Amino acid sequence: MVSQVEAPIISVRNVTFSYADGTQALNNVSLDFQANELFVIFGPARSGKTTLLRLLNRLSDLFEGTKMEGTVLFNGRDIYSRGTEVTDLRRRISMVFATPTPLPGTIYDNMSYGLKMAGMGDSQVIERRIERGLKQAALWDEVEDRLNTSAFALSGGQKQRLCLARSLALEPEVILLDNPTSGLDPISTATVENSLEELKQSYAIVMVPHSVQQAARIADRAAFMLDGQIVEVGKGGELFLNPQDGRTEDYITGRFG
Amino acid sequence: MKPQVIQKIGFVATAIVSAIVVVPIFLVILFIVINGIQAISWEFLTQPPRNGMTEGGIMPAILGTVILTVVAAIFAMPFGIGSAIYLAEYASDNWLTRTIHLAIVNLAGIPSIVYGLFGLGAFVLFFRFGTSILAGALTLALMTLPIIISTSEEAILSVPMEFRVVSYSLGATKWQTVRNQVLPNALPGIITGVILGLARVAGETAPILFTVAAFYLSELPKSIFDQAMALPYHLYVISTQVPGMPLEIQYGTALVLLLFVLFFTVIAAVMRSIMRRRREW
Repeated sequence: MVSQVEAPIISVRNVTFSYADGTQALNNVSLDFQANELFVIFGPARSGKTTLLRLLNRLSDLFEGTKMEGTVLFNGRDIYSRGTEVTDLRRRISMVFATPTPLPGTIYDNMSYGLKMAGMGDSQVIERRIERGLKQAALWDEVEDRLNTSAFALSGGQKQRLCLARSLALEPEVILLDNPTSGLDPISTATVENSLEELKQSYAIVMVPHSVQQAARIADRAAFMLDGQIVEVGKGGELFLNPQDGRTEDYITGRFG
Repeated sequence: MKPQVIQKIGFVATAIVSAIVVVPIFLVILFIVINGIQAISWEFLTQPPRNGMTEGGIMPAILGTVILTVVAAIFAMPFGIGSAIYLAEYASDNWLTRTIHLAIVNLAGIPSIVYGLFGLGAFVLFFRFGTSILAGALTLALMTLPIIISTSEEAILSVPMEFRVVSYSLGATKWQTVRNQVLPNALPGIITGVILGLARVAGETAPILFTVAAFYLSELPKSIFDQAMALPYHLYVISTQVPGMPLEIQYGTALVLLLFVLFFTVIAAVMRSIMRRRREW
């Protein structure tokens, strides 16, 4: 399904990254992400997955004193070059976090926040975007008649889908998902996974999964990360059934991590 | 000794220490209330003093203190809250901001008479505001700043980091994040800080001594460039400077000043609890 000749939507080139305290989180990482693809980055805790995700839309800028080498290209343009509009970048490459974090306010407030911050004033367009986002995240039916109630009244699974919908309302090109099903029960997890299947028709998705099992279930392509390095990249089916690297095999079969 | 016995001793000892601190405060308040309550009347609150201040009311002093507090708030709030936002959200952690923080903590501990003298030098003389409401209010504003800045900064920093990160991740700028996420959620704490800061200086005598307070004025102030009477200074004057002053009026004035400050504190507490109940996180 994925055509490898197509130019990647995001291209990570030889990126090395360390935090202010000197911990090196990424070591010479290179990866390409394609449109309409669900790419899974998996590996043990503290292997640099979240750091890598945050670099892709420059949320890593929020940390002080970090050091970075290498380039990240988005549609062929270096996002770390001068003149990159970071706010615009984060609307086009949108992130959903591991813990569902609604902003204080109503469901409507949450859904419209990004749009309003972008200067969108037409309430009809906003409402259309909200409906579409909520439908894509499979939440519309549950909240349709209570958009003006507090987002904190939702269940954990609903909150997480709201966070996803909130990102989708921005109509991004890439969605970054950092373990979006971490606190969810199996049914909510299945709901989210099903939405992802739909979503990759329209978006590129880069996701850190909850488990190897989840990675194997949903990945079009996957990369195994260990100690800040990419060990192996492959198509979902092949990588999990027939890993080339011994370390990948050990991790997948549960020998460590 | 058995741990249970030691625990008893610990309980009794701390309880006694607390009582030694709290009981006298209640006694002082009770004393003022009992002695002052008979002076309080509609006339006392709404009439100017008469007959060398030995009769009549204290309305000009009440009004003066209200005006001073309001004008001080108008100056102190934008500067205090603005500095707090800068320090909490924008300033990076280096020797300069650490020095500024240290300075703010120390400013809160400077004796009020020093503020009074600074106000005299800076506002009355250098800026030529004269002995006026403006000079006095600016001096009071200066004195509240450390309290407003440190409480506001604390309130801002207590807003969960996730709200900021989410806001950024949805494409908001720094200022949009501060304006739409940080400030609304920090507001209860900020307002409490402002009110407590004002309550603290509303009862101060030294800062207004050289900058605004008048011994006695036959007319009410007409602009912020006029002098004004004020409750704390009025209390000082009638207690020490006027021979033959009826005790009743002295206690009455003290009670009004006490209630004035108490009013602020209660407002702050009520607002904080209302906003906290509305808070969802």
